[in-house]
Amino acid sequence: MKRFLLTAMALLMVGTLAFAGGAQEGSNEQGGQQAASDQAGDQFGGTLVFARSGDSVGLDPARETDGESFYGSTQIFDNLVEFVPGTTEIRPALAESWDIADDGLTFTFHLREGVTFHDGTPFNADAVVFSFMRQMDENHPYYDLGPWKYWGYMGMSDIVDDIVAVDDYTVRFDLKKVEAPFLANLAMDFAAIVSPTAVAELGEDFKNQPVGTGPFRFVEWVKDDRIVLERNEDYWRRPAYLDRLILRVIPDATARFLALQAGEVDVIDFPSPEDLEEMQSDPNIELIQQPGLNVGYIAMNTEKEPFDNVLVRRAINYAINKQDIIDAVFGSAGTVAKNPIPPTMWSYNDDIEDYEYDPERARELLAEAGFPDGFQTDLWAMPVSRPYFPDGRTVAEIAQANLAEVGIEAEIVSYDWGTYLDRTDSGEHQMALLGWTGDNGDPDNFLYVLLSSDAAQVPAGNIAFWRNDEFDALINEAKTTFDRDRRTELYMQAQEVFHDQAPWVPVAHSVVTVPVNTRVQDFVIYPTGKRVFYDVWLQD
Amino acid sequence: MFRYIWRRLLLLIPTLIGVLTIVFFMVALSPGDPARVMLGERANAQQLEQLRQELGLDRPLGEQYIRYLGRAVQLDFGESIKTGRPVMEEIGELFPATVELALVAMFLATGLGILIGVISAVKRNTWIDYSAMVGALVGVSMPVFWLALVFIMLFSVGLGWFPTGGRMNVRLWFEPITRLYILDGIILWFREGDAQYLISAIRHIVLPAVALATIPLAIIARTTRSSMLETLRQDYVKTARAAGIPERRVIFRYALKNALLPIITVVGIQFGLLLAGAILTETIFAWPGIGRWLYTAIAARDYPAVQGGVVVVSTVFVLINLVVDVLYSVVNPRIRLQ
Repeated sequence: MKRFLLTAMALLMVGTLAFAGGAQEGSNEQGGQQAASDQAGDQFGGTLVFARSGDSVGLDPARETDGESFYGSTQIFDNLVEFVPGTTEIRPALAESWDIADDGLTFTFHLREGVTFHDGTPFNADAVVFSFMRQMDENHPYYDLGPWKYWGYMGMSDIVDDIVAVDDYTVRFDLKKVEAPFLANLAMDFAAIVSPTAVAELGEDFKNQPVGTGPFRFVEWVKDDRIVLERNEDYWRRPAYLDRLILRVIPDATARFLALQAGEVDVIDFPSPEDLEEMQSDPNIELIQQPGLNVGYIAMNTEKEPFDNVLVRRAINYAINKQDIIDAVFGSAGTVAKNPIPPTMWSYNDDIEDYEYDPERARELLAEAGFPDGFQTDLWAMPVSRPYFPDGRTVAEIAQANLAEVGIEAEIVSYDWGTYLDRTDSGEHQMALLGWTGDNGDPDNFLYVLLSSDAAQVPAGNIAFWRNDEFDALINEAKTTFDRDRRTELYMQAQEVFHDQAPWVPVAHSVVTVPVNTRVQDFVIYPTGKRVFYDVWLQD
Repeated sequence: MFRYIWRRLLLLIPTLIGVLTIVFFMVALSPGDPARVMLGERANAQQLEQLRQELGLDRPLGEQYIRYLGRAVQLDFGESIKTGRPVMEEIGELFPATVELALVAMFLATGLGILIGVISAVKRNTWIDYSAMVGALVGVSMPVFWLALVFIMLFSVGLGWFPTGGRMNVRLWFEPITRLYILDGIILWFREGDAQYLISAIRHIVLPAVALATIPLAIIARTTRSSMLETLRQDYVKTARAAGIPERRVIFRYALKNALLPIITVVGIQFGLLLAGAILTETIFAWPGIGRWLYTAIAARDYPAVQGGVVVVSTVFVLINLVVDVLYSVVNPRIRLQ
């Protein structure tokens, strides 16, 4: 009996392995697909599989805050306005045009007609009012489906006073204050237009079965495994090229790369820096790169001695070898920062000449400031990996060595992440590493949030606690000016003031790398971190 | 025996209260304010206060603990902070994936492990024995994540035999029935006459199951060998041989049966460890199971999820131990359960 069992077990196992190994259902499947796309002709057809590191939390973009959720929802929803692919510029989408009143307090949007949601209900002014009021009005019947986090993050309730449907295809936003970046906020994921009928029918479940007007419609979601979307044939523009789009979860970076190499997936997210070289040498893989919408910096607490002295701050800017940090921490996945805003953002001031790495000059400046023998300070290092600083500890160690060269003895301090944020934004540090990832692609979202006097209140976004009247005047004027050229001019000047006064050492912008199979065409990285597959097609 | 099982089941209650308490205080006393961690760089004072209130973190620790115990007794661990869904619902969806993987891995490890151990013991000090035991030593010391990546490189990218990860070809349309995909595949095969789901499920499970089975397989093989060596030296084995009973029968019928006790213990422990320890395998093979989920929950400080997950895994571990103890008396009637 036992012998029989053992033999049977062994046989079964061998059989299972052989059976499984011999079958090749994957390749047949691909063959079938190619035939289908041949029939459709030109660019249409095919299934694209995008592998990312984690699952979406939910697919109602107004509720969620994580990039993984937006990867899914972006394909399903449209906004009134949208980003021009690959830039932070704004262009019309569900709104064909808009007027801004002379006082800047009223925006009137003229909506596109004849657009329908995936559930067949019409897109109109009521849908727009519904999509926003559910986030703003505590008495709205669906307000309780929140929390509407990004609405809060972007301070929308301080900006928007009321939203009114003027007629079926006209919506008016009454604002509480003049806020130029408001338009850019409307291109963010949380400002997506949702189907009111579907929200009413599905309630809490809407985030699992989203209904929008976007180029792809929702098909299925297998938790922690995949989200399947298919082309919306009735899209208000040319329909998407792809028949289907599958978002797959592969948590391990190297496993994602291997899946790309094996041809099982077409596009992968967050490649491991160690794998980049091998990817470059693979003829079937193309690396698409762009500096991310982020900045990693060392803030100097200007409320504390000796960092209240601009000479000291400049000296430290000369003392830090940023290229060393990039080479050690980022490899090919980062670029040196000289401004507080990233180079993909409009109004980036490229004329600014960065402080060169020059320890001699740093020592001279320190002597001039009255610290010929340097001084002691602390240098706070973040304990977690963030896009702008994948390894805070190493960044701090290199900076520490650089500072030692010019006589500054810096002690590295670290806490768990929650405590770190708490203590830095109440100003306990002298020098601290931190960074920022942009939301709406507007320079205001960096310069005001991170460097204005308003943001130097505890809990501070401005952890340099830098208060500069000239800088404040420039960014406040830019905040309330709608003329794009004028805003650009103001932000350019603000960056000059920043450079001169040096409240930070801007260290790095991480470079976003998206490896794709070479059959994937027209994939563009969006600076705001969106992954948009509307224009993407597959070569046979 | 039923009284024994009943008593052991009652013992489960204090054990689980202990587990619940440890988990609660481990989470509560770990440094850092979870609300702060969750909101990250963009927190403002008002949002922090609101989130702390939502999580009940503004209440005294004792009150939090009592509330938590009271709800845990009803298997209610609240809603995951990250996804807002009930924790038990999420576990219910993902647990079958881990169970399927662990069962297949254990099936491989036990079957092969015992076979190799017996052969090693019988062919003691021959090259077969040596190579089997060196193999077992390598198996025990192998880092699973490394082995898993090598498997993928060799068998998926290189030879193209198996997919690199996942439970089922993502291009196949599939509505789960039992959530055990192999079983679902068999059901669909009978119902619709289409075996492709079963084939896909099996092809996907081979590499992760083999990777997960490596360590328990090696441990089971080593335990079997030493236990067999001991029993083969016993007088009754000599007597059996002297009586002219065929060698095969002596080995499997007389020796192995008596050598099984320590093997069952090891199998039980390893099976329990597999359920909790599938984290690496599940992560690398993109296997949507409970190990990976728990790992993400810990990283995100999703406290309700961590508490629910740990309690479920501990319960299963305790239950497996109980099954092992009951099996003792089945295999060896000389042992009385009291």
